[in-house]
Amino acid sequence: MTGSNSYQHPNEHGYYGPFGGAYIPEMLHRNVEELRTNYLDIIYEPGFQKEFRELLKDYAGRPTPLYFAKRLSDRYHTTIYLKREDLCHTGAHKINNTIGQILLAGRLGKTRIIAETGAGQHGVATATVCALKGVECVVYMGEKDIERQSPNVARMKMLGATVMPVISGSKTLKDATNEAIRDWINHPSDTHYIIGSVVGPHPYPDMVARFQSVISEEIRIQLKEKTGSELPTHVMACVGGGSNAAGSFYHFLDESSVQLIAVEAAGLGLDSGHSAATTQLGKPGILHGSKSLLMQTEDGQVTEPHSISAGLDYPGIGPLHANLFKTVRAKFLSATDQEALEAAFELARLEGIIPALETAHALAVLKQLNFSMDDKVVICLSGRGDKDLATYMKEMMPDNL
Amino acid sequence: MNNRIAEIIAKKKGNVMNVYCTAGYPQLNSILEVMKALQENRADIIEIGMPYSDPLADGPVIQNSSSVALANGMTIAKLFEQLKDFRKPPLGGLGVLLMGYMNPVLQYGFEKFCQEAAEVGVDGLIIPDLPEYEFETEYGPIIKKHGLDFIFLVTPETSEERIRKLDQLSSGFLYAVSSSSTTGVDNNMSHVIDYLQRLKEMHLQNPVLVGFGIKDRASFEMACSYADGAIIGSAYIKALEQARDVKAATKSFLSSINGR
Repeated sequence: MTGSNSYQHPNEHGYYGPFGGAYIPEMLHRNVEELRTNYLDIIYEPGFQKEFRELLKDYAGRPTPLYFAKRLSDRYHTTIYLKREDLCHTGAHKINNTIGQILLAGRLGKTRIIAETGAGQHGVATATVCALKGVECVVYMGEKDIERQSPNVARMKMLGATVMPVISGSKTLKDATNEAIRDWINHPSDTHYIIGSVVGPHPYPDMVARFQSVISEEIRIQLKEKTGSELPTHVMACVGGGSNAAGSFYHFLDESSVQLIAVEAAGLGLDSGHSAATTQLGKPGILHGSKSLLMQTEDGQVTEPHSISAGLDYPGIGPLHANLFKTVRAKFLSATDQEALEAAFELARLEGIIPALETAHALAVLKQLNFSMDDKVVICLSGRGDKDLATYMKEMMPDNL
Repeated sequence: MNNRIAEIIAKKKGNVMNVYCTAGYPQLNSILEVMKALQENRADIIEIGMPYSDPLADGPVIQNSSSVALANGMTIAKLFEQLKDFRKPPLGGLGVLLMGYMNPVLQYGFEKFCQEAAEVGVDGLIIPDLPEYEFETEYGPIIKKHGLDFIFLVTPETSEERIRKLDQLSSGFLYAVSSSSTTGVDNNMSHVIDYLQRLKEMHLQNPVLVGFGIKDRASFEMACSYADGAIIGSAYIKALEQARDVKAATKSFLSSINGR
C-alpha cells in the first residue's frame, strides 16, 4: 500500500496498491502526460469549481434525491435509501463526469471530443455536453450495442454526435474503447478523449472518480439530514468499469464502519463461460492502459465477456476497485442476467421506478444479504431503464406482446 | 550482451531493412518460411509480431493479421517452439526482434519469456505499451540480464528531452514512428522530413530506424535518406494477404522496394 489515504488516491505513478499505472504506447504519451501534469490544478482552480458546480446544479439537476424506499425496505426487512442518479439530466450518473471533462478539455484548448460507450449512457452524456459547448463529438460504439441500445443511438445523433460503429472483436464496450484510443493516437493535438469510467491510463481513473465523487458527497449530507448521521452501514453499487461505484464509495472509502458492496454481472452464471464478473474470473493483467484484474485466457488474450447489460459487458474493472477487492475493503458479489431482470421488475412494482439493467444488478443481490432493521443501506440507482424497455419486454413479458 | 542488431546496422551503413510479420500469419507455421524469404531477399532484421486480442497501436491490416494468427492457434509457447533451431544456418545472420503487447508477455511470465527468447536466439524486444517508468523500475533489469535489446518508440510529438532519455534506455536502435498514428496509416513523407532531420541532428547514441507508413520504394528511400533504415509492416502483411506462396510474394514485394 502506498500513502495514508490509499483507497481513495493513487500514488504519483497512478497505482492503487499493485493496480493502475499508464501502460500506453509512446503515441499517446504527450496527451496523457499533458493531462497528468495539469488535471489537479485545473480541477481545483476556483473558477473551474464554480462553473462545474453550477452546471451540476442547474444543468444536470443536482443534488439528486436520496429517497427512502419504504416498500423495498419492508421487503428486505431493513432501511434502504436509493441515491437517485437516474434523475440526472440524460438519465444516469455519467453526466457528472462528462461535465467535468468537457470543462477540462476547454481549458486544455481541445476542439474535438471522442468517447466510447457501451449502454450508450456515457455516449449520450458526452454528446450532450458537446452540444452544450458547441464542440465536435465522435462516439465509438460496438455494433452489438448499437442494436441493443438503439434509443440511445438516436439520442446521440439528435444531439449532433457522430456514432461510429465498431466491428472489431466482440463488437462491445472493450472494442469501442480500443477504437477510441486508436482515434486519439491518430489525432494527437486537437482531441480530448472523455473516458466514461474509472478505467484507462493514469490519471483517468483518479480524475473520473473525483468527478463522480459528488455522489457520495451528497449522500453524506442528505443522510445526516434524514438520520442525524452521515454514515450508512452499507453502500451498494453495480460495477462494470466502476464509475458509479467509485462515486458512491468515494467519501466512505476511509470510513471503515461502512460496508462497501460492489455487484458485478454474472451473465448466464459465474461458471457458464458467459459472464462479466471480472473479480471472480479475472487475473492481474493490462488492458486499455492500466494494470488491473482482467478476464483473459491463459495465453493472456482478453476474453469476450457476456452480460445482458451493455454497460457491464466489460472484461476489466477500474484499478481502484481491483485494489478494493484485493484488500477486501469492499465485498464483491454478482448477479445473473435473470436475477437482474427480476430485480428490475421488483423495483418497478414496489417503488414505481424502472431502473437501468446495469443498476438492476445492484438491486438483485439484496436477497443474498442479511440486513437488520437498524441497518442503513444506500444503493446507487445509477440510471433509469427507458433505454432497456425493449429487453424488459422481450425477456419478461413474451405473452403480453 | 548480444550486439547483433547494432552490428548489423553498423555494417550495413544505411538502408537497413527491417520487416514486420505477425507470427502465425498467414498460416500457423509460416514464420520460418517468412524469415528465410526475407533473408534471401536482403532484409536485415525481422520484427516478429506476437498476436494480441487488443493491439492498441495497430491499424486494421495488422489487427486483422493478429486475429487470423490467433484463430490459427498462435501462442508465445508455440512461437518459441517454432523458433527453436532458427539460428542454425541458413538463418544465422538475420536480426530477430519480438514485438508485442505487455499482457500476453506478463501471463507467460516476464522473466521466463526473456530467458526463452534469449535461448532461441532472439536479439531484442519491442513492447510499445511498456512505459519507461515500469521499464526502469521493474522490467529493464530482467531484459538486460538476459542480454536482450529493448527498443523504445519516439514520435513527432516526443520532446527532445524525452527522446534523449528514451535513447539512453534503448539499445539496438531507436524506433522513430514517422507520424503520430496507428500502423498502416498513409502519410505524406514530406511532412515527416523536419522531424527526421531533427532526429538526425541530435546525434543520438543509437541508430534510428523509421517505421509507420513505409510502404514502397519511394517511402523507404525517403526514410533512409534521413535515418539508418526503415521498418515495413502493414504493406508486407498486405502483400502476404493476397498471396498463396509466401516465398514468391516476399520476393516480389521486397524487389519492388530494394530491387535494382
